[in-house]
Amino acid sequence: MTNTFEPVIIGFTCNWCSYRAADLAGTARVKYPPNIRLIRLMCSGRLDPTFVFKALSSGADGVLITGCHPGECHYLEQNYKALRRYLMLRRVLVQMGIEPERIRLVWASAAEGVKLAQEIASFTEEIRALGPLNWNGIEPAVAQPEKEVAYET
Amino acid sequence: MKPKFAMYWAASCGGCEIAVLNIHEKILDVDANFEVVFWPVAMDAKIKDVEALPDGDILLTLFNGGIRNAENEHMAHLLRRKSKILVAFGSCANEGCIPGLANLSSQEEIFDAVYAGVSTNNPLRVRPQFNWQIPEGELHIPEFYPVLRTLDQVVNVDYYIPGCPPESHQIAAVIDHVIQVLQGKAELPPPGSVLGANGTTVCDECTRRRNVKMIKKFRRIQELPEIDPTLCLLEQGIPCNGPATRNGCGALCPKAGAQCIGCYGPAAGVVDYGARLIAAFASVIDSNDPQEIDRILDGLPDPAGQIYRFNLAKSLLRKARKEV
Repeated sequence: MTNTFEPVIIGFTCNWCSYRAADLAGTARVKYPPNIRLIRLMCSGRLDPTFVFKALSSGADGVLITGCHPGECHYLEQNYKALRRYLMLRRVLVQMGIEPERIRLVWASAAEGVKLAQEIASFTEEIRALGPLNWNGIEPAVAQPEKEVAYET
Repeated sequence: MKPKFAMYWAASCGGCEIAVLNIHEKILDVDANFEVVFWPVAMDAKIKDVEALPDGDILLTLFNGGIRNAENEHMAHLLRRKSKILVAFGSCANEGCIPGLANLSSQEEIFDAVYAGVSTNNPLRVRPQFNWQIPEGELHIPEFYPVLRTLDQVVNVDYYIPGCPPESHQIAAVIDHVIQVLQGKAELPPPGSVLGANGTTVCDECTRRRNVKMIKKFRRIQELPEIDPTLCLLEQGIPCNGPATRNGCGALCPKAGAQCIGCYGPAAGVVDYGARLIAAFASVIDSNDPQEIDRILDGLPDPAGQIYRFNLAKSLLRKARKEV
């Protein structure tokens, strides 16, 4: 087993934009790190801050929150709600002793598959540099494979 | 023979005991229906008396206070073993309460604040030693744990009575109910129930008028020249914890013109109390501009203290970070 740290990242995507962006990245064969586990919400405004705490307390090393660009929300302006929650979440994380960089907010329209893939890649590297979020007594969320069983050439 | 009753305090202030005594003449019903075997605040009894009881001999134990040190933990295990019904009584036993806020600091920081803070005259920098050798033998004081835990993080708890302290009329109602159960006129609620409180939020009981909440500035209550006595406090920019807090208190604070600080803990269905409040506060900020939002958030100088004032030991993040 290699010693390189593979971060576990939970990504919350919006049904109307960033989820489609991820879809587009897939169909266009744009590669992004497999460290991210995408969860589709109907809107970034659905993102209850509980989801972020739950992810981090259950073993995730970082949380990516994605939504439509400002002014383009399918539900008018719920993405602004996500922005405000994100800004407040960061402040609370600092007080709880967690690097605020472990959560990131990204706007990505349905056409921005490449941009989303780049953001996922840079976020993964940032979390890798930060290292694991060490919860005492918590097992890593996913068992690491002994060796790579499949790879692309 | 009357069934046995006990009440114990661990890491707490003693307010819960006062709240029990505050049920006035109802306390005579307690005495009429129970034999009080252990209640350090109200009567003289020793731990060895409890240890001598058969397991499960105490019918009802009200346990208040969090688990801060080894003695608290020992008593929690002892009373769990001796009690048929163990109730986490009050905010500390339920969710950590104010003592739980110390979980934001390391043990060293806590000791520095207590034994070397500005209010302490301690030139020799004496610190408690958990084990100390003297000519007569070894002295022990209970080990101080790195974090405060709630009662149900240490032992199984049958029922929860929230509040800091629980309202006396709610305590009286619970005692009435238990007495009715003893007389065969009522049944016990399902295990794990929250007693002496309701399920929805403080806003539900609050009589203030509510419109659309749009806040340009958070303010502390003393910074407002005048408070509208009938308008929702959150709408006036005062961070009121009512939207996430369990009701049952009768919305006493908002009715008196002070914001809810959240002593009854999370409302039914709330997984993480602070996260629910982040959602509530962030949603009412009247701005879509990141810089301005940040400026408005500056009005909450201690967000973690605001949203986890009573609930830190039970928060998802801190629960995950248990170090004991």
